[in-house]
Amino acid sequence: MTHLLDDIDRAIIVATQDGLPLVERPYDSVAADLGIDAAELRRRVQIMLESGVIRRIGVVPNHYALGYAWNGMTVWDVADADVAAAGAALCGLGFVSHCYERPRLLPDWPFNLFAMIHARRKDDADQLVVRAAQALGVMNRGHRVLYSTRILKKTGLRLKGNGDVPPQPIPARA
Amino acid sequence: MDDTDRAIVNALQGGFPVSETPFADAAQSLGLSAEQLITRIKVLRQRGVLSRFGPMYNADRFGGHNTLVAMEVPAERFDEVTDIVNSFAEVAHNYQRDHRLNMWFVIAAETRERVAQVLTEVQDRTGLLAHDLPKLTEFHIGLKFEA
Repeated sequence: MTHLLDDIDRAIIVATQDGLPLVERPYDSVAADLGIDAAELRRRVQIMLESGVIRRIGVVPNHYALGYAWNGMTVWDVADADVAAAGAALCGLGFVSHCYERPRLLPDWPFNLFAMIHARRKDDADQLVVRAAQALGVMNRGHRVLYSTRILKKTGLRLKGNGDVPPQPIPARA
Repeated sequence: MDDTDRAIVNALQGGFPVSETPFADAAQSLGLSAEQLITRIKVLRQRGVLSRFGPMYNADRFGGHNTLVAMEVPAERFDEVTDIVNSFAEVAHNYQRDHRLNMWFVIAAETRERVAQVLTEVQDRTGLLAHDLPKLTEFHIGLKFEA
């Protein structure tokens, strides 16, 4: 489903991609900045939510700050015919945050299914990988987990790619 | 972070109202006033507990394109290559990982052509192979983190 955006939608995205103003009437504030009616702005935001252009509106926690220091990219080699079932199995576990099928890099990298897991302790993270392997059963022909050792850069999506200053690298586990 | 902060983080990772006074509406079920909720979110932002507050946009849905790139970077060149890769505004996330392929980053741009161009420029400027791993299928989840 592709949602066609006009110039007003794009102006709303640019105005809010860094966040909503922390004032009692944030949509009124953005609408005033853009010179459009506040009810019209809210109507457009609602449509973008329903069509999936906006995934959700709310707080975005930094999971490192919440203590989730162990962030693992689990990668799985499953037969192409099993990818849909394997992806659904990983989604159903309740602890995978993102799951994608990606191309293999043969011969060294046979893995075609990527799933991110997060835990506060290494033992817990390893246990999640075991549970994921159990969920895949015989569909799993081999897997790895690559823990992040350092965040080198983390910024949000940008519609206009300017004025974006990369932050200093920070340790994943202080 | 106290129980109220935790309740805010757990309750508001989605579903923030699209209404005239959304903070007042969201604050009600948390037993707070609009002013108290706004102040709490400001402080959590300043302390880095929250990286953002507002709409999370899905680039795929407005014609944007992104890909995951894996590189094998020699240890002695790691910082230099990090600076080159991070200098592109289109590089959204970049992580060091414990594998022979030790640098993993996302390139996101408005067009497929620009993504390909950044990939080429990264290879030209680093002299290293950048493996392009675009997503073929996305399995949707929407996990929330518990504070």
